[in-house]
Amino acid sequence: MKSEFTPPVGKISHISGKCVSLIGNDIDTDRIIPARFLKCVNFDSLGKSVFEDDRKTLKGSHPFDLTENQDASILIVNSNFGCGSSREHAPQALIRWGIRAIIGESFAEIFYSNCIAIGIPCFTLPKKLIQNIQKFNNSKSLFLEIDLKNCVVKSEDLSLNLEIKESSKKMFLSGEWDATATLLENSSLVDKKFKALPYIKFCRV
Amino acid sequence: MSQDTLFDKVWDLHKVSRLPGGSDQIFIGLHLIHEVTSPQAFGALRDKNLKVKFPDRTVATVDHIVPTDNQSRPFKDNLAEQMIETLEKNCLENEIRFFNIGSGNQGIVHVVAPELGLTQPGMTIACGDSHTSTHGAFGSIAFGIGTSQVRDVLATQTIAMNKLKVRQIWCDNKLSKGVYAKDLVLHVINKLGVKAGVGFAYEFAGPAIDELSMEERMTICNMSIEGGARCGYINPDEKTFNYIKNKLCAPKNETWDEALVWWKSLKSDSNSIYDDVIKFDASKVEPTITWGITPGQSVGINQQIPFLEELSPNDQLVAEEAYEYMGFKPGQSIKNTPVDVCFIGSCTNGRISDLRVAAKVLKDKKVSNNIKAFVVPGSEKVATEAKQEGLDKIFKDSGFQWREPGCSMCLAMNSDKLIGNQVSASSSNRNFKGRQGSPNGRTLLMSPAMVAAAAINGKVSDVREFINQ
Ligand code: SF4
Repeated sequence: MKSEFTPPVGKISHISGKCVSLIGNDIDTDRIIPARFLKCVNFDSLGKSVFEDDRKTLKGSHPFDLTENQDASILIVNSNFGCGSSREHAPQALIRWGIRAIIGESFAEIFYSNCIAIGIPCFTLPKKLIQNIQKFNNSKSLFLEIDLKNCVVKSEDLSLNLEIKESSKKMFLSGEWDATATLLENSSLVDKKFKALPYIKFCRV
Repeated sequence: MSQDTLFDKVWDLHKVSRLPGGSDQIFIGLHLIHEVTSPQAFGALRDKNLKVKFPDRTVATVDHIVPTDNQSRPFKDNLAEQMIETLEKNCLENEIRFFNIGSGNQGIVHVVAPELGLTQPGMTIACGDSHTSTHGAFGSIAFGIGTSQVRDVLATQTIAMNKLKVRQIWCDNKLSKGVYAKDLVLHVINKLGVKAGVGFAYEFAGPAIDELSMEERMTICNMSIEGGARCGYINPDEKTFNYIKNKLCAPKNETWDEALVWWKSLKSDSNSIYDDVIKFDASKVEPTITWGITPGQSVGINQQIPFLEELSPNDQLVAEEAYEYMGFKPGQSIKNTPVDVCFIGSCTNGRISDLRVAAKVLKDKKVSNNIKAFVVPGSEKVATEAKQEGLDKIFKDSGFQWREPGCSMCLAMNSDKLIGNQVSASSSNRNFKGRQGSPNGRTLLMSPAMVAAAAINGKVSDVREFINQ
């Protein structure tokens, strides 16, 4: 886990980093971040609590606790990752731990869109290839480079074609995934609108 | 596509741009925040190194987590204390006006903004809370938003949104005695279904709506969201203007005259085009009560819980779930269902007129044995006014507990909760499983007058039998 959190901003076209494998199908949002963390005032503290219950059970041998994974930023998962509730807390916990991209066999729909909204691209690969990466990653730590435009992931001795929804890809390359940034671009239009509205002077807050 | 309705006019007025993705960038005239959905948004702003763009277009209050028995600080519940502290800090740092406990103006956000005169015709109003639709009663376009949109409003005063379609709900004639706005809106949701409003703004209109007071109109718009419509509104009229006049944040003197001219120009044209129009006869509505686990599952007081065959195939699945959860049998009458807890409050029916109606029923009567009954005023102002009128005394004399303002058992984020499978007669807006704090607690939604009647008899009763005495 990285100590300082800086969220992604604007266009996202390249992501590189070490990867961490998490083996298992149907890992739900409750396992990613247990429900008791929902009553919180900010997402800041979620990073350290990601997978808290699973990690407690595994007493230090959970992939997120292994020393060699501490600075990993690409998560490799299996099928239907992020199923369960619609809480945005799950991707927030992952991004705050340090995850910047996820590659998996498949994702739950709401989890997927929550990831896009906070700047985590999620890619898919066929089951076999995921398993190969996970096996390889278990024996030595793997450094991956993702090129979003061409949808390829490369390491020293591998190069694979990734799948991502065309609309999501466009949003990352243009920066439109970041609604705030897109809206901020029209700042002068907003000022103009503010001045033009008849009621601003009627309603004094 | 709708044309020349109030919704179209207000939308066009607030449109900043068409975004490349196809949605509109909409300016938000008034942004309301509370302790539950704002902290993460402020956090996101800090993460991105952004500032609040127009701090004086946002107003805060605290409502969801406040205790209603003892409000002295620090709160007994650490987490609640942490949430209010965070809101205090965020408002202070960002120079946002905060109506805190003890200010005389704290309360449920949707009760507070209208009574301060902040809610006005022709505005766009957003809040991280689905019942923001309430404010549409004044002819504003008001809707709930998610946390990431709260962040966007703070940072840019705008959100990205697709324009809604407009459905007019025309209500003919008028409500009969002992039948209230709550009954009408429950009836409408029952007939149209809880999903019918998805993608729509609901315009409530017609003689029955014109007849309603502003507070009753708020009850109607408040529950638009339970019919699936993110936004509900009513064209403004003299009642609207009179309600706003002299309120704390209302325009004064020449600005008032100017405002009035503009407000009067704001309504759907007589030949405006709607995406859909549905008519109701308000005079046919009876006191209405929910029997199930969605606000659409309701019946009139003299009706029976429906048989499966009477329901559309779409509704049958959730009906079966509801019989089982509520412990009701199809064909059973709703009248005389025993209740354990009676709750008067919430942003639907926690206003002064609601308390007046309930107090009138309760005067010189006693709450039935073994019933826990409590009234939670919607705001400090409502509480003060009620005390001035002696309503608190009527409630207490009858056996109701008189509490401090907040959301309370509407969603039970504080310590007011159902226990086990208790049945509550509630003036709130949601009867979802577990909504009132117990995973198997059961909620019957009804008007505040009907809650009062249920409290007296210890079972679901027809309030008309009380007011005609
Ligand atoms: S009273 Fe109930 S519905 Fe209204 S804002 Fe509070 S919790 Fe939400």
